[in-house]
Amino acid sequence: MTGNFDWAYLFEISLTGIAGGGLYALAALAFVMVYKATRVVNIAIGELLMVGAYLFFTFASMFALPLWLAIPAAVLGTGLLGAVIERTMIRPLLGEPPISVFMVTVGLASVLVGLVEMIWTADQRRLPDFMPTQPIMVGDAFLAPKVFWGAVIAVAFIAAVLVVFRFWRGGVALRATASDQAAAYSVGINVPRVFSLAWVASAMLAAISGIIVGSIGGISSSMGVFGLSVLVVVIVGGLDSVLGALVGGILIGLIEALAGAYLGGEYKLLATFIVLVAVLLARPYGLFGTHEIERL
Amino acid sequence: MRIGTLKETYIADAALFDSRTQKVWLAVGAALLVLFPFMASDYWLYLACLVSINVASATGLNILTGYTGLVSLGQAAFMGLGAYTVAVLETKVGTPFVLNLLAGGFVAMLGGIVVGIPSLRVKGLYLAIATIAASFIAHFIFANWKFTGGTGGLSVPPAKLLGMALDTSFRLYWLIVPVTILMLLGAANLFRTRVGRAFIAIRDRDISAEVLGIPLLRYKLLSFGLSSFYAGVAGGLWAYFFRVVTPESFPLLMSIFFLAAIIVGGMGSILGGILGAVFMTMVPELLKLVVDLMPGGSELTVFLSPVRTVIFGLLIIGFLVFEPHGLAEVWRRVRRFFHLWPFRN
Repeated sequence: MTGNFDWAYLFEISLTGIAGGGLYALAALAFVMVYKATRVVNIAIGELLMVGAYLFFTFASMFALPLWLAIPAAVLGTGLLGAVIERTMIRPLLGEPPISVFMVTVGLASVLVGLVEMIWTADQRRLPDFMPTQPIMVGDAFLAPKVFWGAVIAVAFIAAVLVVFRFWRGGVALRATASDQAAAYSVGINVPRVFSLAWVASAMLAAISGIIVGSIGGISSSMGVFGLSVLVVVIVGGLDSVLGALVGGILIGLIEALAGAYLGGEYKLLATFIVLVAVLLARPYGLFGTHEIERL
Repeated sequence: MRIGTLKETYIADAALFDSRTQKVWLAVGAALLVLFPFMASDYWLYLACLVSINVASATGLNILTGYTGLVSLGQAAFMGLGAYTVAVLETKVGTPFVLNLLAGGFVAMLGGIVVGIPSLRVKGLYLAIATIAASFIAHFIFANWKFTGGTGGLSVPPAKLLGMALDTSFRLYWLIVPVTILMLLGAANLFRTRVGRAFIAIRDRDISAEVLGIPLLRYKLLSFGLSSFYAGVAGGLWAYFFRVVTPESFPLLMSIFFLAAIIVGGMGSILGGILGAVFMTMVPELLKLVVDLMPGGSELTVFLSPVRTVIFGLLIIGFLVFEPHGLAEVWRRVRRFFHLWPFRN
């Protein structure tokens, strides 16, 4: 066993893991955006992803819209949902303890799962194919085309988001609110509107990753489980760190792929959660998170 | 009419049951609990047992989350630990059930203390998510260890009391309800002691508590331990009640259910834990009743499960947004109304 270790296989698995990690990074970015701006831990991120995928399914398969119309429609629809959630559930709780808001998102996750089951039933569905299907070869390693293109799209969106929030006025306002709410208010930034913006943008990003995840693995009402891995990603990376989301995404993607390949599928979540506990014990605020200083 | 209370001694102030009215109502309640099994049908007895188990576990979580301020999403995992301990002891060792229940409690307590170790360094939401890790690791252990019976789980023989098998809801009622009441009294008493007061101090501001000389780690671990002990005993009762324990019996959703129960009931209130657990257990059943009564009910049953999921979520959101102190606060308002009537309140 040790003598002829299959390095090519390891390479292939790692590539798949890193590509999958790109998807985690995109969803984690959606999470970090809301957390940075509003200090809300959105445990329903996986369910928002699912809603995006189901909206895409509805527009593309049931209404038979062309892809270039169905994808933006699904993304906008999920963005609208993000706005509604922010307005009806998050804003009334401004100033409440963070745990309350966290629990509201737990309730939200439950509501979204129930609604999806009511409207589309709990059955597994397939999304229409829209990505090229010829296999990708990196050296000798084979990479599933959907995974590869999914990762490419995810990386493109991550880059776009970073650029937009670096240079666009709204992005500057978002970063200002994230670093100091009171100061942002005092220089005339409309903080409640920034909150809305963060939720809408986050929901739209979630929809995009949902469409990609759904087209790789199919969609069902239990798709929100993906969100658990995303939670681990952001905790490992640090809740409020964009860099942490990217590094954590790739790290967790890699670990899940390796654990799945060498130990078996049931070890995937176990491995990620053990990494989570280890990171929390060593660095309580994640790898790149801001260390909060507490005073009396 | 009672319009106020006047406490003349510290003993009166610290009493567990402080007013005569309260004592009378508690006596009435106890009498009803004793009479209930003789009047109720099997279905209602079954529900009563289930509610009682949930009350015990929710009260445990309330000690940790409501009183100590440490949010945990691992309560179901600790119940699982208790249930598996009971199942293994009952099938492989054959010790009496009282011992098994206690052992279940203590094993869960150990598990809780281990999970609580990060609680000094990690707080709030990070801790909540770390406890999710506990439930996944526990699930993995249940599913993969040899003596837990793997994914098939274990079946549990009924508890035996003086040679009589407790195998009907009627007989189990006399085991489950008294144990729950004991645990409730224990929890209510806890917050009249030094330990319970320390928990509350930690919840209100942990740094201040430390400055006041409360060793944080010791009390946080103690809180985790106590809460898991409750979960473990509740899990043990669960095992005797359903008589089969599988890794799927204690999903993350169950932990969320208990957290939801104490939110809906009222965090940091013993009565809240009771009201919340009763309410959250009964809502799905009432929903089923409503659907059965509606015309064309058979078509609607398809929607029953998702509607339950939606209502479960809406209850959590609704209570947090509109009634953050939960049903216990509603109850307090009702009581105040009657105390002050006919005056404005």
